[in-house]
Amino acid sequence: MDRRESIKSLFIGAAAGGLALASCQPEISAEAQEAMATGATNYGRTPEEDAQIAALHAQQFFTPHELESLAILTALILPENEDFPSAASVGVPDFIEFMAKDYPAFQTPIRGGLMWLDHISNRRFGLEFKKLEPAQQHEILEEIAYPDLAVSEGARPLEVRFFSLMRNLTLTGYYTTETGIKDLGYQGNMPNVWDGVPQEVLDQHGMAYEEAWLAKCIDQKTRGNIASWDEQGNLLT
Amino acid sequence: MQIKESSKIYDAVIVGSGAGGGMATKILSEAGLNIAVVEAGPHFDPSNPDQQTQMKWPWESPRRGANTQRTFGDFDALYGGWDIPGEPYTRKDGTKFDWFRARMLGGRTNHWGRISLRFSERDFKHKDVDGLGDNWPIGYEDVKPYYDKVDKLIGLFGSKENLPNEPDGFFLPPPKPRLHELFYIKGARKSNIPVIPSRMSMLTKKINPERGVCFYCGQCNRSCSAYADFSAGSCLIFPAQKNGGQIDLYNNAMVREVLTNSEGKATGISYIDKADRKEYTLRAKVVVLAASACSSARILLNSKSPQHPNGLGNSGNTVGKYLHDSTGSGRSAFVPDLVNRKMYNEDGVGGMHVYTPWWLDNKKLDFPRGYHIEVWGGMGMPNYGFGFNANEYNKFFGLKVGGYGNSLRSDVKKYYGSVVGFGGRGESIAMEDNYCEIDPSVVDQFGIPVLRFHYNWSDFERKQAKHMHETFDELIHNMGGEALSAAPGADREYGLEAPGRIIHEVGTTRMGNDPKTSVVNQFQQLHDANNVFIVDAGPFVSQADKNPTWTILALSWRTCDYIVEQLKMQNI
Repeated sequence: MDRRESIKSLFIGAAAGGLALASCQPEISAEAQEAMATGATNYGRTPEEDAQIAALHAQQFFTPHELESLAILTALILPENEDFPSAASVGVPDFIEFMAKDYPAFQTPIRGGLMWLDHISNRRFGLEFKKLEPAQQHEILEEIAYPDLAVSEGARPLEVRFFSLMRNLTLTGYYTTETGIKDLGYQGNMPNVWDGVPQEVLDQHGMAYEEAWLAKCIDQKTRGNIASWDEQGNLLT
Repeated sequence: MQIKESSKIYDAVIVGSGAGGGMATKILSEAGLNIAVVEAGPHFDPSNPDQQTQMKWPWESPRRGANTQRTFGDFDALYGGWDIPGEPYTRKDGTKFDWFRARMLGGRTNHWGRISLRFSERDFKHKDVDGLGDNWPIGYEDVKPYYDKVDKLIGLFGSKENLPNEPDGFFLPPPKPRLHELFYIKGARKSNIPVIPSRMSMLTKKINPERGVCFYCGQCNRSCSAYADFSAGSCLIFPAQKNGGQIDLYNNAMVREVLTNSEGKATGISYIDKADRKEYTLRAKVVVLAASACSSARILLNSKSPQHPNGLGNSGNTVGKYLHDSTGSGRSAFVPDLVNRKMYNEDGVGGMHVYTPWWLDNKKLDFPRGYHIEVWGGMGMPNYGFGFNANEYNKFFGLKVGGYGNSLRSDVKKYYGSVVGFGGRGESIAMEDNYCEIDPSVVDQFGIPVLRFHYNWSDFERKQAKHMHETFDELIHNMGGEALSAAPGADREYGLEAPGRIIHEVGTTRMGNDPKTSVVNQFQQLHDANNVFIVDAGPFVSQADKNPTWTILALSWRTCDYIVEQLKMQNI
């Protein structure tokens, strides 16, 4: 697979992840897909900001081999389950590629970390990490996936720091996709009328609203009435 | 002469379009004055689809909202920040000050927290209580009518509490608390720390036919496309234009100095047009500076003339001095009772529904001024950074931290919405030795000499920050929580943010009756030139433990009424 094809296939994976959920919020998905398809943004950038983003998109940091390794690694960190796809198949490697260009301090730790993975894989199994059997990959990850919290972050072994960074970027990349947000169950970013915590949630947590406090709060039936007050500041409407 | 002069003479030129400049634009234009508004950044309207970030999803940003491009992340409305390319500033004697600047129509009001608090009589006269700083030449009764008018014009929610130091106003009803805020209330009460509904300028109810009502997306920092929060463009400048005001907007225009004549009176301003990088002048009968406290001080100090050799308004050597920001320090905690939450939409308004005003008597404490506590938490929209250290709180249950695989999905859900955070925002004492001045050795890209800062916190602020963390520890304990970091010690100034980080910098052109120790009089009129006014936070004598915006708005309105009256009487 040449580099162009590799990027293309990862890219299609990302777009398909978006398409699968398109029926929930058609207008937003269409926008997002357009942005993904063209690289153009539609979220309030200034012309200068858009130009900077376009310039980053025009560069390529990771090699095809590194991108393939990232696809394998991110899918190991967050594999598919019964309901949702893996992180790799919703475009997380593309997100990491973008972040490496947008925040250059990521470049060496990620590139070097991937090289470390290949080095240990070659030594131990005679193959690069991406070509190992899943059990062999797990054997390596078991050794680097559990940081010793008694040691400060900056003092941990490089491979542990690398894996923590990859886990962070994988999870943040996944949970900021349409798929990830559906998986999480976040219900907001929707026009609504907030009228307090649902009763069953209050019950679950042993909480209750006080009458005196509620008496101060907005009666949402009146939200459309234009406010007016008496001279003492008592609301009349 | 290569500087391009306009032949038109405006009644007033207003420098800056944030809270103070926006209010001046509205009041002066509605009085029939012919106005120029000069803004250093581009036009901005949150309802312009090309500029809108509200209601966008994280995946629409290739960096998922990370703050590599905009200071507070991709979806925050603000253009500008603490560091602006081509616009440096310097610091003196190893001291710290971080200078925040907005560069857009409406300024910082497009993304601010909308916490809208009135100063009390004690806040205006705090020297009478503890002998520190200075009293304002005005008191609450002078400003109250304007607070009242601002409340009704712009709208804010809150509740009547009859607290002596937290004057009530004309409130819209507040939204109900969120779940983590109920935990906060319960925890605070165990220590007799009061909690009341917050007071913020979002419309929970309609206040006029033009502006929308809050639809609870929690994104006020993105500036509301329905104009349901207060931003100076949406709520002051655009309505003034629609009301037929004679307003010329000059965008991308960086003001260099105020021009004066042989009598020492202002004749207008000069600015650099960012598009063609040429210098222009605008002539006006009145100059109103609203460029932000330090920017207005910089303009004055750079306005040197034979009549004002020390800079305009600076005959008493006071411009730039008494610079002070709110103190700030914060902590956060994991609350085990908030794990495994049921999902529902709790975006609410952008920010807290409840807060704690200052509640103690400083006479019984080892620091002179108070602070209020802001609360955050909840199941917010994922953004860059969500999922980092996903199962770190496993450590509180004796479980392994780290790993990989599908167990991470349940870890993320388990801990979603289980963190509550606190921010203390306190009053610092204005001191002569905390100041900005011109750095004669450094220039910005527009050829304008830059500011140099000198600022130290004192033990007053350090002891206050120490007290904040003692309070946070108590709150965390009361909520059954686990602090996510230890209380910072003396080596870190008890967690005090560097001055400038809270973005409440005030005091650089302070108000007073004595021209030797103040820059403007009680109407924010320069002692040294009676047709120059300052309506940003520069004239604040002290900042209170309150956010400054509501007071900027009220004082700007008061000053504009005075300007109109003085023009009518032909006094200026």
